[in-house]
Amino acid sequence: MDFSYSQEQKMLRESADKFANKGYGFERYKSTLELPGHCDSTLWSQMAELGWLGLPLPEEAGGLGGSALDVSQICEPLGSGMVLEPYIASAVLPGRLLSLCEADTDLLGELAGGEAQFAVAWAEPDSREDPACCTTRAQADGDGYVLSGHKQCVLNAPNATTLIVSARTSGGDHDADGISLFAIDPQSAGLALRPYPVMGGGYAADIRIDQLRVGADAMIGSAGNGFAPLDAALDHATAAACAQALGAMNALLERTREYLRMRKQFDKPIGSFQVLQHRLVDMFIEVEQSRSMVMMSSVRVESAEPAVRRRAVSAAKAYLGQASKFVAQQAVQLHGGIGVTEELDVGHYFRQLSAFGSLYGSREYHLRRFAATPSE
Amino acid sequence: MNLDFSPEDQAFRAEVRAWMRDNVPQQVGPSIGIPSHKETQFAWERKLGAKGWLAYTWPKEYGGPGWTATQQYIFDTERALAGAPPCGPFGLSMLGPVLMRYGNEAQKQRYLPPIARGEEFWCQGYSEPGAGSDLASLKTRAVREEDHYIVNGQKIWTTQAHWADFIFCLVRTNPDGPKQQGISFLLIDMATPGIEIRPITTIDGHHHLNEVFLTDVRVPVENLVGEEGEGWTIAKYLLTHERTSIAGVADSYYQLGRLHEAVADDPVLSQDPVVTRRLATLEVDLMALEYTNLRTLDRVAKGQPPGSESSGLKIKGTELQQAISEAQMELGGLGALPWLTAAEDVHTVFAGATQRYNFLRASSIYGGTNEIQKNVLAKLLQL
Ligand SMILES: Cc1cc2nc3c(=O)[nH]c(=O)nc-3n(C[C@H](O)[C@H](O)[C@H](O)COP(=O)(O)OP(=O)(O)OC[C@H]3O[C@@H](n4cnc5c(N)ncnc54)[C@H](O)[C@@H]3O)c2cc1C
Repeated sequence: MDFSYSQEQKMLRESADKFANKGYGFERYKSTLELPGHCDSTLWSQMAELGWLGLPLPEEAGGLGGSALDVSQICEPLGSGMVLEPYIASAVLPGRLLSLCEADTDLLGELAGGEAQFAVAWAEPDSREDPACCTTRAQADGDGYVLSGHKQCVLNAPNATTLIVSARTSGGDHDADGISLFAIDPQSAGLALRPYPVMGGGYAADIRIDQLRVGADAMIGSAGNGFAPLDAALDHATAAACAQALGAMNALLERTREYLRMRKQFDKPIGSFQVLQHRLVDMFIEVEQSRSMVMMSSVRVESAEPAVRRRAVSAAKAYLGQASKFVAQQAVQLHGGIGVTEELDVGHYFRQLSAFGSLYGSREYHLRRFAATPSE
Repeated sequence: MNLDFSPEDQAFRAEVRAWMRDNVPQQVGPSIGIPSHKETQFAWERKLGAKGWLAYTWPKEYGGPGWTATQQYIFDTERALAGAPPCGPFGLSMLGPVLMRYGNEAQKQRYLPPIARGEEFWCQGYSEPGAGSDLASLKTRAVREEDHYIVNGQKIWTTQAHWADFIFCLVRTNPDGPKQQGISFLLIDMATPGIEIRPITTIDGHHHLNEVFLTDVRVPVENLVGEEGEGWTIAKYLLTHERTSIAGVADSYYQLGRLHEAVADDPVLSQDPVVTRRLATLEVDLMALEYTNLRTLDRVAKGQPPGSESSGLKIKGTELQQAISEAQMELGGLGALPWLTAAEDVHTVFAGATQRYNFLRASSIYGGTNEIQKNVLAKLLQL
């Protein structure tokens, strides 16, 4: 057994740390919130140049063939540095998905090069986070398909040059079988995007699909077999999101620790009050436990055994879902009035972690999924 | 033991309920627990004022309805259940009782009636950057010059200072001696030259709070409440002034009821036993709080001081408000995530949930943090 990171992983982390925390930070985050789509294209190009966009892609496709653990080394600093550029939504999730589907390498090349931005549309208003629940339909029609349905909170859709949409070509609304994936130009007739900013930053859109006609070549992978790669790619994205949340949790722990040492009331640092010491210790323990879960899930998400992968990622997301709320709530509480404002980064991390709780499957969803997945 | 309201109180409740049904304007829905839209809030308060119900805890002589403690409780409950926001507390439940107890006749005559009519709005100038939990260390200085105090300093977290006509301030009139003893209670017109307001945006994305800077602000000495140096005693009176609605039980019932509705409307959530259980747990907790609150009410109605049961009302009450908003946000799932804009086809409870959740983190901070509340209780337990 060995819990240490490789030399390459340490270097990845170092460069991400430099990018996110030294060059980025709170000021940059605030100015990015002023940009359309909450995305700075210069930074996106930089991420491509650094090789991060191609990191999750196979080498044959011009990627670096990086592991989920490699990806986690980038995501954690992105979380602590409040980087809003949609690394997970537009690189990790579609990258893994396209690779798993052995999709044509043009799309992968555009992804790695940073020319294209992606969004994966899988959640629906009544799907309650379950990717198998898909009421969007794709009817075979001549040599193509006609799609209709409704997708909810599609992260990065307003910035995307390509949407990857799950739609059912056969089976009932809740069947894992029968789901197909389509690459779609967001400008297509028959697509209506309703874009909005998401709590904590980043853009998403609700998408109505009405009689959208696509050619057969729009299909990624084979008909009816989209669930397995979608489920696996979402697990990769979820593990990466956990690493990113860990970065934010750790930042909050650090900020709060500094604040308890510096802030004085009753003529002493508030960190001298035992009740606050214990609270900070509770936060610290939660961060460490979460770190273990991030390590575990970043390794196990690569398992060839879907049950192992699913249990690992669902366990991590369920744990961090709770732990991140605790850490965020206590960070605000221990900062007192200044904690509930937009003036410190603390309040912004708080919002990001609140959003993390609902993205990529809630705690309830992942507990249900964990319980439903046999361990051997 | 009888746990029901008397027939008279029940008749009173029916009257209030009917009035609320006909008079609560749709757009004044409670969003986050404090009023957030000035015009609708003021119109609502003036409507209550015209009815004589705005200063509902006040005796008749100052423009209140002269209700019993039980009637006050029933009124506030019906207000909340009708979906109306609480009224601004600064004039009604803070300054009002202070003036009745410590104010001179001229101050009572000048300031109380406009509060009861909803015509003048107040804010509370206690906290300073260096004086939060340790309020007595406040530094804003008031120096007497003939018939004026010259006030210099800074207040912070001043809720709705940008709406207010007046601010009641704790100021230091004597820098020497024990810090609690040099504090005085001053009433200041916000239009006085030298007052500057800077907005503070909170994590719900809105402007409720402010910094208030005071530079050579001239305040007539007749605006001193009580004696010079009596400010701390007054502040403590205000902080301990028993309010039987401090737990926010009815507002929490209202929010939980809305959550129940939203869940019932949802084909997935309504079938999920985990969700049913979560709602039931919240409701049971709320019931425990409600009956604790009613025990306090019973004592107060009999003219006794609140008992030990009342100690946890604020702590438990704020924790429950937070837990309910957290459930609203979490059960809203992705539908709760659009920021400062509502998603399509999402129940309004879920659409507003993140803002409530975010803002209500403040409920365990304002009015004395829950840690400070527990310190006070620990003293009562003689630890
Ligand atoms: C939304 C909102 C509205 C407000 N409105 C007003 C207003 O209108 N007027 C006004 O005057 N003020 C207002 N306040 C200020 C409020 O009363 C203070 O924020 C509060 O008293 C805490 O002070 P602080 O923010 O300086 O935190 P601090 O006192 O610095 O506390 C920081 C942390 O240390 C803890 N702590 C401090 N001392 C101790 C101790 N001895 N033992 C254990 N823990 C301790 C606190 O519990 C907290 O967790 C408002 C605050 C908020 C958030």
